[in-house]
Amino acid sequence: MAADVRLMKTAAELALADAFAAVKSTLPGDAAVAAQRTAAFETFASVGLPHRRVESWRYTDLRALLREAPPLASAAGPEALARSLAACPMLAGMEARRIYVVNGAFVSDISDLANLEPGVSISSLATALGAADPLVAHLGQTVASSDAALALNTAFMGDGVVIALAEGATLSRPLHLVFVTTEATATAAYTRSLLVMGKGASAQVIESHEGPAGAAYQVNTALEVVVGEGASLERVKITAEGNDALHISTLLARVADGAKLANANFTLGGAIIRNQLLVQLAGEGIDASLSGVSLLAGKQHSDTLLAVEHIAPNCQSREQFRTVVDDTARDIFQGRISVRQSAQKTDARMMSRALLLSDTAESDNKPELEIFADDVQCGHGCTTGSLDQQLKFYMMSRGIPEKEAEALLIQAFVGEVIDAIGHEGVRAALTDATRNWLIERK
Amino acid sequence: MTPLLEIRDLHAEIAGGRKIINGMNLTINPGEVHAIMGPNGAGKSTLSYVLSGKPGYEITGGEVIFRGVNLQELSPDERAAQGLFLCFQYPLEIPGVSNMAFLHTAANSQRKKRGEPELTSPELVRKVRELGKQLGIDTDMLKRPVNVGFSGGEKKRNETLQMMLLEPYLSILDEADSGLDIDALKVVSNGVNAMRSPERSMLVITHYQRLLDYIVPDVVHVFAAGRIVHTGGKELALELEATGYAQYQNEAA
Repeated sequence: MAADVRLMKTAAELALADAFAAVKSTLPGDAAVAAQRTAAFETFASVGLPHRRVESWRYTDLRALLREAPPLASAAGPEALARSLAACPMLAGMEARRIYVVNGAFVSDISDLANLEPGVSISSLATALGAADPLVAHLGQTVASSDAALALNTAFMGDGVVIALAEGATLSRPLHLVFVTTEATATAAYTRSLLVMGKGASAQVIESHEGPAGAAYQVNTALEVVVGEGASLERVKITAEGNDALHISTLLARVADGAKLANANFTLGGAIIRNQLLVQLAGEGIDASLSGVSLLAGKQHSDTLLAVEHIAPNCQSREQFRTVVDDTARDIFQGRISVRQSAQKTDARMMSRALLLSDTAESDNKPELEIFADDVQCGHGCTTGSLDQQLKFYMMSRGIPEKEAEALLIQAFVGEVIDAIGHEGVRAALTDATRNWLIERK
Repeated sequence: MTPLLEIRDLHAEIAGGRKIINGMNLTINPGEVHAIMGPNGAGKSTLSYVLSGKPGYEITGGEVIFRGVNLQELSPDERAAQGLFLCFQYPLEIPGVSNMAFLHTAANSQRKKRGEPELTSPELVRKVRELGKQLGIDTDMLKRPVNVGFSGGEKKRNETLQMMLLEPYLSILDEADSGLDIDALKVVSNGVNAMRSPERSMLVITHYQRLLDYIVPDVVHVFAAGRIVHTGGKELALELEATGYAQYQNEAA
């Protein structure tokens, strides 16, 4: 009977339960946090790992994909930390304040924490939880979600970065959160970060994730963001995990009146990658941009879940996603824009496009609009196709070799998203990274 | 004199089996301008695609020798490097690829293949700007994506710019006048005429005589039912304007 089947726990689910029981007393935070963890784990336990019958996970059957629950990652040694400093080479030349989270732990020794801008604080989540920092009250309060993967993150969150910008505070250079896994064995890391921006604050935040090839490690990371009134945030997340890694990421963002949020995801590494973007436009006159580029090859599987909620009137949101899929890789995009009855004069446009480079590549595209207001402009579109053969011939007839013509067309395809990124250095780095991906493709 | 292009008993079809070129012969010597005229549907554009190597157009018999090489063995980009240029009837738009980057890649890809030194960015920019000036193409158009948002006339000027930059031995102009007003026609023709030299040849495909007032051919061919049915001097174009193609279509049938 179906009901009995649901009660059956998989080996991974049982291992997660054992792991939680074993470590919960050692995880940071006071009694309230401990209760939050327990409640989150119960939420997870009641539904188990997401599977195909859970609509938001329909194309990524985590129950089938996640066979084991590896041990939590342990602190990196000096040699591994030294190596971590060289992480994210694509941004090596960029002036930024770099904060390192290695094997799931904030490493203040190698992080650049000196001379913080006025009104800016950066600390480790473990420290903030241990000290009952008032900021941690935001955890779990930004955007409500019952997602099972996020619940696991809440239950196990060990460390992360807590950033606060007071009213009017501005970062003078981008903040680069460098997440690295160094161990070559299968480990799991649960990181939770928090970014709270006061009225009129302004920041550029880059988040990069990487780890060794050939290691079946798991990363479950989440970032909660509060963008205050009139504040401005540009965030770019680069996922460049090792080729056997499982990466789950959740962004929970609540945006206030007149604020600006631009979030771009750039995905190129990892075996299974899931990016969840849950965004609430809670104030009036918000300008939001959610975008992404994925470059997938081999057997990679990348799944993006986007849920943008327009709650207040007069907000604009733009959702632009581009994916290039080669070999037997698979891309999934599920995007939903919800417009509540209160959100009159909403202007929202979502476009997701996939470019398939082989006959065996796959793209699943599911755009949705859910509109309860009657005076709005909303649109969505999606396309899946191969390279334009006519254009390719036109370029070749000018002497451009086939592979180069393809590369130019692919770069132009993803360039539409990359060129909209505000920070010039990041834009150039992502353009180069795309070019390198195309060179390796040959 | 060694011919620049020699087409011998060429048969070609579009993938799917429709035969379009049917036993065609043509010899173009260096420095000559040949016009091919013919009614709609005679296979003129197909000829240009077969020569430039468009996928889906297959040579089923005969051969095409260009500068001593059998074209069938070359990919479209190799044909271009060998000195063949097709000026498209309807130039394509390439969103996201800037005109300048496109020209740079095209010019240097050809040079690389021929073992010639590549152009540096400043060299190329200077050259392109000079040509642009001659053709009335401003720098803004050079920065924009290839042909995106260009008018019909601007696209043809852009094709002419590409041709002048790449300096091909044989330019195939496929209905170069379609969509052009008189002023644009003059600009494009002047560009084409500036290219004329003892070693460069042109194959001008058109069904109106008008273009040949500006680009005066040495030889005029009538093309019908997939082959050349009549050949004459430049005065043949004027005759055709008066009599039409009907008599030759009967001849072909």
